[in-house]
Amino acid sequence: MKFGIVVFPGSNCDVDCYHAAKVILGQPTEYVWHQARDLSAYDCIVLPGGFSYGDYLRAGAIARFSPVMEAVATEAARGKLVLGICNGFQILLEAGLLPGAMRRNDHLQFRCEVRHVRLENSRTPFTHLGRAGEVLALPIAHAEGNYYIGSQELEEIARHSQIVWRYCDTQGNVTPAANPNGSLENIAGIINKRGNVLGLMPHPERAVEALTGGTDGKLVWTSILKWWEVQHA
Amino acid sequence: MFKASICVTLRQGILDPAGQAVKSGLHSQGFGAVEQVRMGKFMELILNTHSENEASDLVRAMCAQLLANPVMEEYTFTLETLV
Repeated sequence: MKFGIVVFPGSNCDVDCYHAAKVILGQPTEYVWHQARDLSAYDCIVLPGGFSYGDYLRAGAIARFSPVMEAVATEAARGKLVLGICNGFQILLEAGLLPGAMRRNDHLQFRCEVRHVRLENSRTPFTHLGRAGEVLALPIAHAEGNYYIGSQELEEIARHSQIVWRYCDTQGNVTPAANPNGSLENIAGIINKRGNVLGLMPHPERAVEALTGGTDGKLVWTSILKWWEVQHA
Repeated sequence: MFKASICVTLRQGILDPAGQAVKSGLHSQGFGAVEQVRMGKFMELILNTHSENEASDLVRAMCAQLLANPVMEEYTFTLETLV
């Protein structure tokens, strides 16, 4: 399985994502510059975290017009896996590949800490090795993770099980106190209706080694690989 | 030539954390009359167009495509003829 890690000017989690795919999963992995126009060689495309284009205007607003984003949309339409983490999630929202938008955190602070999320949908290519209700400890690091979506669309994404993770306490209770940014209904990650484009604010690539922040993030990476192996068996 | 002055704010009804922080700052300074603060972005564009209609069409297109996010933001603008 071949991974492509997209690098925008201002990406800063690209190396961590590369490590997760290349070293942890042991799969062929390449960096892809944001000027690339053809991503057909990759089975999974990762939009990493960071501050693409300095977050000017809105986080992800300018990156979304990079040449590579047309290729991302093309591959997403073909059913390829697309994973957007943090700034990558913001870019997917701005590009309209996922529904909703990201506001500044309700307390206006940048939050960099380990938080807990509850897995709501374990039937996606990105989460099928987990179980619904499972609590993961994952690092977050953002100032704009306050997810918003109109009430009608919220009902729709809930009805289609598109809400994949919610912020929770260590026991898995979804409470206002467990919400690190004011995100609507504690939403931490969502998937598109087709089930091949996923965005999340927490950083699974920063939680793949016991030495540095735990291994709960491995669930995402190993699920992706296993899913692909089953498809190509 | 026209000068477009564009104001982008969060849509009414969407929580504006920065606006609330500024409001409570003003209250603590004794400006109790402040009922609401909306924070936003101000952009000034110089447009090389000949008609005001063309200029407003351009501004609307740019706001829809990039300058504002219609999911959560709204915008207003004024145009001024430059001589």
